[in-house]
Amino acid sequence: MSAVIAPREGADAGEAAVVLSARGLRREFAGFVAVNDVNLDVRHARIHALIGPNGAGKTTVFNLLTKFLQPTSGTIELLGQDITRTDPARVARMGLVRSFQISAVFPHLSVLDNVRVALQRPAGLATQFWRPLRALRQLDDKAMQLIHSVGLQDACDCLAADLSYGRKRVLELATTLALEPRVLLLDEPMAGMGHEDVDIVSGLIREVARERAVLMVEHNLKVVAQLCDEVTVLQRGEILVSGDYRTVSEDPRVREAYMGTEDD
Amino acid sequence: MARVMTQSLLPRQRAALNAETLLIGLAVLGLIAAPLYFYPVFLMKVLCFALFACAFNLLLGYTGILSFGHAAFFGGAAYFTAHAVKEWGLSPELGILVGVAGAAALGLVIGFLAIRRTGIYSTMITLALAQMFFFFCLQAPFTHGEDGIQGVPRGHLFGLIDLSEPLNMYFFVLAVFLLGLFAIWRIINSPFGMILKSIRENESRAISLGYTVSRYKLAAFVMSAALAGLAGGLKALVFQFATLTDVSWQMSGEVVLMTLLGGIGTLVGPVVGAALVTTLGNYFATSQIPVTLITGGIFMLCVLVFRRGIIGELYASRLGKWLSGERRS
Repeated sequence: MSAVIAPREGADAGEAAVVLSARGLRREFAGFVAVNDVNLDVRHARIHALIGPNGAGKTTVFNLLTKFLQPTSGTIELLGQDITRTDPARVARMGLVRSFQISAVFPHLSVLDNVRVALQRPAGLATQFWRPLRALRQLDDKAMQLIHSVGLQDACDCLAADLSYGRKRVLELATTLALEPRVLLLDEPMAGMGHEDVDIVSGLIREVARERAVLMVEHNLKVVAQLCDEVTVLQRGEILVSGDYRTVSEDPRVREAYMGTEDD
Repeated sequence: MARVMTQSLLPRQRAALNAETLLIGLAVLGLIAAPLYFYPVFLMKVLCFALFACAFNLLLGYTGILSFGHAAFFGGAAYFTAHAVKEWGLSPELGILVGVAGAAALGLVIGFLAIRRTGIYSTMITLALAQMFFFFCLQAPFTHGEDGIQGVPRGHLFGLIDLSEPLNMYFFVLAVFLLGLFAIWRIINSPFGMILKSIRENESRAISLGYTVSRYKLAAFVMSAALAGLAGGLKALVFQFATLTDVSWQMSGEVVLMTLLGGIGTLVGPVVGAALVTTLGNYFATSQIPVTLITGGIFMLCVLVFRRGIIGELYASRLGKWLSGERRS
């Protein structure tokens, strides 16, 4: 973690509106404190990275923010509303949508169907059990637009299970974008990807972050350096340091925590 | 988007669709002609169990919830229909509706409690609640305990058609069966069915897309219970009695067996499974060999050799792939 990795150019330092914030977030598992006193502000149109060694609690923080886990204490606010006790599906409907560490697609549905499932609920086409599937064709235009925007148009009739790993993640991004989220939480979007896929997904994330906040867990520090406006480092469930990439990368505690891993 | 439209129906698939329509047409014709060759009461029994198994499969095959308490809906509806027709003097179609409504209500309660857990725990809850219902039926005065409700009149359909005529009754049962099957087909191939499928494929992803998964599961549970009730009500009219057999846990097990044998998650699999199990039951009823031994043996064979079930294996075979235009995976 040295000056070899250049921070993202032109990152503007002005304050954008906070859309997701956590205060004093804490989660215990049978006495073990997995996350302790985490304060986080995710801002509109910014890419915020959550990094840290394995077991630092990054995924737990994600699960807490998206309500897949209940915090032991602390509060979470989304767009000014307290969501500390809201259920995960409702949080998703409010505009906070997440991806998962392992790719989250519907494997035995086609690419087109994967995206359409995401579009069904906003279009009010989710509960009609008496209508034929044809009714979903009205979503095709929008679905194809999304599929085009991530470059999967040649695969729209393939089963999601048959896609390469990188393309599954891209598909997942397309379904996530179908919900027009205000805040996007991406759990290791580049994990296990080849170089060219990393570039494609980086480009996509930068694109989608123009209009929404992105919080991502990422191990690839090169990606973090190029992509992210703000970096928060977690260690043993607590925030070690938070700031822009240069500040964080020059912090001696971070260097210590990351010793030997800066080359991935 | 012309591309999408044409892609959703390739010529090959269109041919397959024609083949499918042809097969369905032949099957319906076969069922219409069947009473010429088979004993109508036997056929009606098969159709009732087939509908029951299809209703069960809506839950297991298309939603991924294994219920071990479906006898409560099947046998419960049989009691409700029998009581409504015999004691209240309702017409058969209204009696069946009473059975369906009762089964749906039971499904709402049992489903509501069962879907709070997943997997084996959810299954155990359905079993426990169905057993509670069994003991309720054993004690409640209207079911007449061990005797059951006997001598249920078949009555006149819409006040016109005399259902005590075996052929009239058969065609009534056939019509209800086809209607029930159509309803299931429609539910599976609907926007709602698509969401069910996505929940079964990846539940946490469905949640993260904003779907309140428990509501969809409960809806599927109630639909499955109501359709099982339709089969149960029908059976009460066919045999003109309702007994504890239909609410016992063995009945819940039998429907699991039928569905597995025929093929989980296929529309016609449970029909084939039900026909097979019922036929074996009839055939060996008079023989020395206990029928449970035979069905048990076949079940073991199924688990060991053809896990997808009869129809499931057929779809997976080359012939099946051609017939379905490779739409199924």
